[in-house]
Amino acid sequence: MLRQPSVERSGRESGPESWGRYPPGVQEALPLAWADDPLPSGAPVLAYGMGRSYGDSCLNADGPVLLTRTLRRFIGFDTEAGVLRAEAGTSLGEVTELVLGRGWLPPVLPGTQFVTLGGAVANDIHGKNHHRAGCFGRHVRALGLRRSDGSVSTLHPGDPLFEATIAGLGLTGLITWVELQLERVPSGWVETEGIRFASLEEMEALDDASRDTHAHTVAWIDGLARGRSLGRGVYFRGNIAQGPATPPRRPSPRNISLEAPEFLLSPFLLRAFNALYDHLPRGRSRTSVWKFFHPLDALGSWNRLYGRRGFFQHQSVVPDMEGVRALLALTSTRGQGAFLSVLKRFGPLTSPGMLSFPRPGWTLALDVPNRGEESLAYLDEMDAVVRTYGGAMYPAKDARMSGETFRLGYPRLDAFATFIDPAFRSRFWSRVMG
Amino acid sequence: MSTARRVLVLGATSAIAQAVARVYAAGGARLALVARSRDHLATVADDLAVRGAEVVLQRTVDLCQLERHRRLVAEAEQALDGLDVVLVAHGVLPDQKACQDDPRRAVASWDVNFASAATLMEAAAERMAVAGHGTIGAISSVAGDRGRADNYVYGAAKAALTAYAGGLGHRLRGTGVTVVTIKPGPVDTPMIAGRKLSPRLVADVDVAGRRIHRALERGERVVYVPGKWRWIMAVIRALPVRVFERLEV
Repeated sequence: MLRQPSVERSGRESGPESWGRYPPGVQEALPLAWADDPLPSGAPVLAYGMGRSYGDSCLNADGPVLLTRTLRRFIGFDTEAGVLRAEAGTSLGEVTELVLGRGWLPPVLPGTQFVTLGGAVANDIHGKNHHRAGCFGRHVRALGLRRSDGSVSTLHPGDPLFEATIAGLGLTGLITWVELQLERVPSGWVETEGIRFASLEEMEALDDASRDTHAHTVAWIDGLARGRSLGRGVYFRGNIAQGPATPPRRPSPRNISLEAPEFLLSPFLLRAFNALYDHLPRGRSRTSVWKFFHPLDALGSWNRLYGRRGFFQHQSVVPDMEGVRALLALTSTRGQGAFLSVLKRFGPLTSPGMLSFPRPGWTLALDVPNRGEESLAYLDEMDAVVRTYGGAMYPAKDARMSGETFRLGYPRLDAFATFIDPAFRSRFWSRVMG
Repeated sequence: MSTARRVLVLGATSAIAQAVARVYAAGGARLALVARSRDHLATVADDLAVRGAEVVLQRTVDLCQLERHRRLVAEAEQALDGLDVVLVAHGVLPDQKACQDDPRRAVASWDVNFASAATLMEAAAERMAVAGHGTIGAISSVAGDRGRADNYVYGAAKAALTAYAGGLGHRLRGTGVTVVTIKPGPVDTPMIAGRKLSPRLVADVDVAGRRIHRALERGERVVYVPGKWRWIMAVIRALPVRVFERLEV
């Protein structure tokens, strides 16, 4: 049986993996017990938190990853102002568990609670409330950074090194702690609504109508629908419920105990999986923040459903709906199938990070099982569509985009590169910039 | 008067001790923490305060200074206005090979893992017997249940600690003081980093912390963490030497 490791298992034979379990390979790893432990020298390093980056941005081919999950001590919590400072290996789930009972919530929550604060900063993550709150980095009041030159600094918004470290993919040094401005919430429950839509036009209209009335919005798309069904799906929207109410308990994950055998990945079964969308919750209901924000956590190590070869996730942002339509058209004709496609409109709030992914437009994320060359060729075609529509790809999800695709999406890349700590490197960075 | 649990944690910066202390802190306990490193201890103390501990006292001491043990326990008792639990959690995992080569290193590790732990338990027992109340927890190890080629220097100290805790518990029968012998299997902490262990055998540190907290609160006399090690070690202890020595364990 596999449990969600709260500390990354240092004994695993091949070492830490990324969430997509691709690229394969043996990853050397060293745990950090304390934030002031000496950093190993001689080979470049990279911090590794909970391994929820999908591709190779959390791996290091040229040296060890530093396991940060032991660095998860709270440093201070101002319950009046909602300011929390914690070591960088603390997970968002642990933060939520601590602060929810006092009427606070992390201001941005991604699809899983198993993300460290350091990882949330390094990828400048976003959530269902991007149209209201922007990305995670906007709510970081300060952070601690250790560099290989021996410096230990406290960085604030406006510092160039702060802006490089937000979304900096862990390359600017070791993030040791993060201070976060929390959001005041009336309860730990969400009034949610699931509304089916038959087309992207319908979905866009729903989103227009919900943007000002709902703090949290996201759409699940049937990635296999074709022709007239293209773009059908379910739109979810919600607001934190008015209290008072007993805060919900943090659920313990139920895990998938076996890797899926290959035959489960047949298009037929993926189709069946997508047909599940008919059974998705509809109408109004009251859901705990745990279930609403982190629906996939109920499945534990669901990445193992894709078997030993792993899977890719393709997450792009394109400025308008034309790009989404083109991407979905390509998806549906190729039968590459995504059992989960997620569509969300990013709002206009700018991100502080030089390499932040969120920008105004639509972001589409879809899973692609790894079938080798066939999958890689298909994903390249998807990238071409993203480039055509002036979009960008999300490094946290990527294991294979070209250096050119990356460059085109990140105009501040050269400015960022000057802030990289020479003793830090990731497999992603070596691949796209090497 | 406060009903908060009053807990003295010796070796409070150890990963397992932190995990147990987190559970006590969440319950609003009053904690006295002792460790060697001032900075690391302060880091742990801040964390426990944020998690809800009513009081967190810190004392930086090298626990190998045996003559300080009695005063240390007495001061904690006074500062916390009594003691409900004393957790003896400090320890080191010495390099087996280096200890074989240099007996001073072996003895130094026994001083930490056995001698100082035993005298601390004795000091705690003395105060608690007077109060007629309390629980002493000693973190021993499954490694003390049977000597193995690759860590018998460590195992020997833990075997001695297990015997000491058992004997002390026996002596304290009827005094209101309970001694809990805690025998963790491998737990996912920096202490075992770099050792090749099947992930199936390595326990999550929070799960271990909750289990130990429960054992202390219930006054269980011997607790394996996780519980499956009770049966695994029963089998391992029962194996004939010739069979045992052929196993790669």
